[in-house]
Amino acid sequence: MDVLEADLRALGLLRAPEGFAKRVLVAVGLPAPASDAYGELETPAGRFHVAWGAAGISAVRRVGAPEDFERWFVERRGRPVARAAEVPTRLLAQLAAGTAGRSRGLRLDLTGLRPFERDVLRKTLEIPRGEVRTYAWVAREIGRPRALRAVGTALGRNPLPVLIPCHRVIRTDGTLGEYSGGGTEAKRAMLRWEGVDPAWLEHLAAAGTRFVGSRGTGVFCMPTCRHVRRVQAANRVPFHDEREAMGAGFRPCATCRPVAATGSGAG
Amino acid sequence: MGADRDAALREALAADPAGGFEALVHAYQHRLYAFALAMSGEPADAEEIAQDAFLRAHDALRRYPAHRILALRLSPWLHRIALNVFRNRVRRRRLRVVPLDADTALPDPSDGPERQVLSRAVLRELANLVSGLPEHHRTAVVLRCVQGMTYAEVAELLGQPEGTVKANVHRGLQALRRRAGWLSEVS
Repeated sequence: MDVLEADLRALGLLRAPEGFAKRVLVAVGLPAPASDAYGELETPAGRFHVAWGAAGISAVRRVGAPEDFERWFVERRGRPVARAAEVPTRLLAQLAAGTAGRSRGLRLDLTGLRPFERDVLRKTLEIPRGEVRTYAWVAREIGRPRALRAVGTALGRNPLPVLIPCHRVIRTDGTLGEYSGGGTEAKRAMLRWEGVDPAWLEHLAAAGTRFVGSRGTGVFCMPTCRHVRRVQAANRVPFHDEREAMGAGFRPCATCRPVAATGSGAG
Repeated sequence: MGADRDAALREALAADPAGGFEALVHAYQHRLYAFALAMSGEPADAEEIAQDAFLRAHDALRRYPAHRILALRLSPWLHRIALNVFRNRVRRRRLRVVPLDADTALPDPSDGPERQVLSRAVLRELANLVSGLPEHHRTAVVLRCVQGMTYAEVAELLGQPEGTVKANVHRGLQALRRRAGWLSEVS
């Protein structure tokens, strides 16, 4: 496929303007879709608006003006949202678990998102509390190793920050990058709260350490992988890249699946 | 592509017309919009064409018995409706004025994985170039190269022999290459 044909294909991937589907449905006289409900949630990470509907929890967003949240919700999820008198108790318990890093059992509404976005968000859900991965790692894990920027965009549009831990995805250069849950400072705070020291990540990155090996097992990991964190300092070997680690006879960890950081710190 | 999804959509349309139609719009809105934009070259026209196509589809679905809905091949069916809408509009208007530097809003192409390749301005120019092709070349190029259908699918959709479609795609691409030499440099 040459440049022209690739460009034509790109034209075919253009998206309809925001709100288009809704205008069509209104034009044929279909009743407006049922509203989701929302309330406020107090967490150790701050106060959030939380919305839920038939398909599960549909939005998490740092508390601001209710009108802003409602407007944002319609745009992001394509249906209205109405304030509930209170957050149901069962949901509160689930949310408490979710914000404490146990999101696995939660019913998260990812309907209407692009397949690519869903892939990125589902992959991000797999990153354990207390660990971080890079944009490049997510891109490679979902089979789109070159789509670094798109991964960043998808995480930036994460409708369920905190519950889908996009704060655990950082740049390859060790800097934290954007955070849809309320900016870089909020991301720093979330990581610290989960037991990851952002300054340590930056220090590792500055030293060029992408991976850490364990002399005992001969395995190398992402620096925050639980397998290598429990290894004593004397038995830890820093590596700049995959090749260096492999050259030293180390095998990549099967749990954190370290990736070779390609290019600069894009992401 | 999307065979499972289309089967689910057909069943939803047959079982629950309102909910099924909503799902259909959500599933096909981007595809029909992209088609209309490449055909018309104008974002405002594209939205009207795509919307009109959905309205006609809605009318048709209300008249169709369930067995007919369950046998519909949704993508060619919707594309054919959109193509008819487009042709009717052109006939109605005769003269299409294409502003050279209209500042109409295209959806932001940086807003997705595949779309970061081309800037909004380049896509707009490209849509404009495509919409300047003679209609039989344009339709073939758009269905084959923009919408990514196979030659066989395009041939069936247009009711033309595959050879004709191939020739039209070939000539359309040739014409575009002559005019679009600059595109690769801009992008």
